[in-house]
Amino acid sequence: MKRIMSIFCVLCMSWSVSASAALTIEITQGLEGATPIAVVPFSGTGNEPENVAEIIAADLRSSGRFAPVSQDNMISRPVIPEQVRFPEWRTLGVEDLVIGTVESAGGDRYNIKFFMFDVYQSKKLLGFSVPTSRSSMRFDAHRISDLIYEKLTGTPGAFATRIAYVTDARRGNEREYKLQVSDFDGHNPKTILTSKEPLMSPAWSADGKQLAYVSFEDKKASIYSQNVMTAKRKKLVSFEGINGAPAWSPEGDRLALTLSRDGNPEIYIYTLSGGSLKRITRSPAIDTEPVWSPDGKILAFTSDRGGSPQIYKVSVNGGRAQRVTFEGKYNANADFSPDGKHLAVVHGESGRYRIAVLDIESGKMDILSDGRLDESPSFAPNGSMIIYATQKGDAGVLAAVSSDGRFRQQFTTSDGSVREPVWSSYVK
Amino acid sequence: MKRLISIIYLALITLVVNGCSSSGPTRNDAADVIDKGDAASSVAKPYDSSAIQPLSDPAATSLDSGKIIYFDFDSYNVDEAGRELIAAHANYLTTNPAARIRLEGHGDERGSREYNIGLGERRGQAVKRILELLNASPEQISIVSFGEEKPVDYGHNQDAWRQNRRVEIVYVDG
Repeated sequence: MKRIMSIFCVLCMSWSVSASAALTIEITQGLEGATPIAVVPFSGTGNEPENVAEIIAADLRSSGRFAPVSQDNMISRPVIPEQVRFPEWRTLGVEDLVIGTVESAGGDRYNIKFFMFDVYQSKKLLGFSVPTSRSSMRFDAHRISDLIYEKLTGTPGAFATRIAYVTDARRGNEREYKLQVSDFDGHNPKTILTSKEPLMSPAWSADGKQLAYVSFEDKKASIYSQNVMTAKRKKLVSFEGINGAPAWSPEGDRLALTLSRDGNPEIYIYTLSGGSLKRITRSPAIDTEPVWSPDGKILAFTSDRGGSPQIYKVSVNGGRAQRVTFEGKYNANADFSPDGKHLAVVHGESGRYRIAVLDIESGKMDILSDGRLDESPSFAPNGSMIIYATQKGDAGVLAAVSSDGRFRQQFTTSDGSVREPVWSSYVK
Repeated sequence: MKRLISIIYLALITLVVNGCSSSGPTRNDAADVIDKGDAASSVAKPYDSSAIQPLSDPAATSLDSGKIIYFDFDSYNVDEAGRELIAAHANYLTTNPAARIRLEGHGDERGSREYNIGLGERRGQAVKRILELLNASPEQISIVSFGEEKPVDYGHNQDAWRQNRRVEIVYVDG
């Protein structure tokens, strides 16, 4: 039966900013046992801007959970349900089949219709019509990948998301620091700020619309927030000393941050409406890199109060901090998993800095990355992957690893050194 | 003469620094909230950071030792060469009360970036304490930590890291 549901993905990306070199995903450590799936090329109008089936297949492959079969091996190329002959897909060993069409809806508008089938049960699993436009077709293809991923794995996909990161390039005697935003797969990169002085510590608001970051453009550190669509920005704090490590509360009404205005770095909570500040930590040590638990009740942060940097947690109402990491001499820059049960950290041991994940309850720590100077871990909003910064040759590059450490990929770019990736929440 | 003064200074510093753990400045500035409005048109342009130029530069005139103090790994201890250099700048600051400096603290690239901002500030504070013990006025000295964000050597090895763990003394228009 042709039961087509409609979803309204009204998303008008009005980037007012310049494009720049794209990041390209390269899978560096594969995953055995990935589910074979076929994404058949969608029939099109001939002038649509994106190859939707290719985007979906690349998304599914990049999750490490699926192995899309090559188009060359396909015996037929169905685009509507009536054309599907299940036995030939069974012969290919394919478990699931995705087919579809892209139709013109007049002007810049298009309609993507797609279906997914369980090949062994000869059963339709999904059928959607997705209205889209020239400029949003790629992002809507990511939304389709999200639907497919969720149907097959039971957890939401994280393809219709973005990453923010900082690049640093030499231009003659000067440095050029850029704050950039791209789709999760490195496509569609946009520079939202360029400066001759360092930019650092980008942090997404929960709604994926704002970035907070640190800029040294005034020859000192200040914290700004900026709307990534309109580029409208606002200086939030600029006290004497350190103004650093901003982190949005889950509700988006407050920022946890680090200030050294009282003599040494301490964690504060800054309320956006009114600009009030509440000091959370009180120790002569370096207290920095706060991050909110998903329920908004706890801050995890880095402190060297015990002699070397370790992760501690404290109530957002203040009070006594408790040490969380005990394994290894150096643990810093924590990020909470979306379920609040794990922390990704920079883990230093024998002169190597790698990304590790801590199970908060058991205290068990798993090292996931294999670099020497890895840093800045950030969970995907579905918890499936962690993006981080690593070194390739002399340049900084981004990499991602599945939360179980079995699947790894790298993002390559021609655009200088890349670092400090942060994964957005779902873009609404 | 200069040498004798240096020796006296060094003795004094060693004595006082070791027993001192002052937590630095406690001056609070009011929050500086500026709504840039439609900054969209200007954000894509690089910021002009050339406004700040060194004024009187004692390192170029009266000192051979320069303006950079180096530190060991994970350390804020100023060594003898560093103390000698700081003493010369303290001398200049006390005889030129209008002079202003910015201490720019830096670290090497290892470990997390914001934690390294904290380390860079500690190095700046160590230098500031010595300057103040030598009678430079706290009002003459500001500290900015750049952490690992502005390396002088972009290599990823011990030599590069040694060059990057530093405090730079920058004379500014007060």
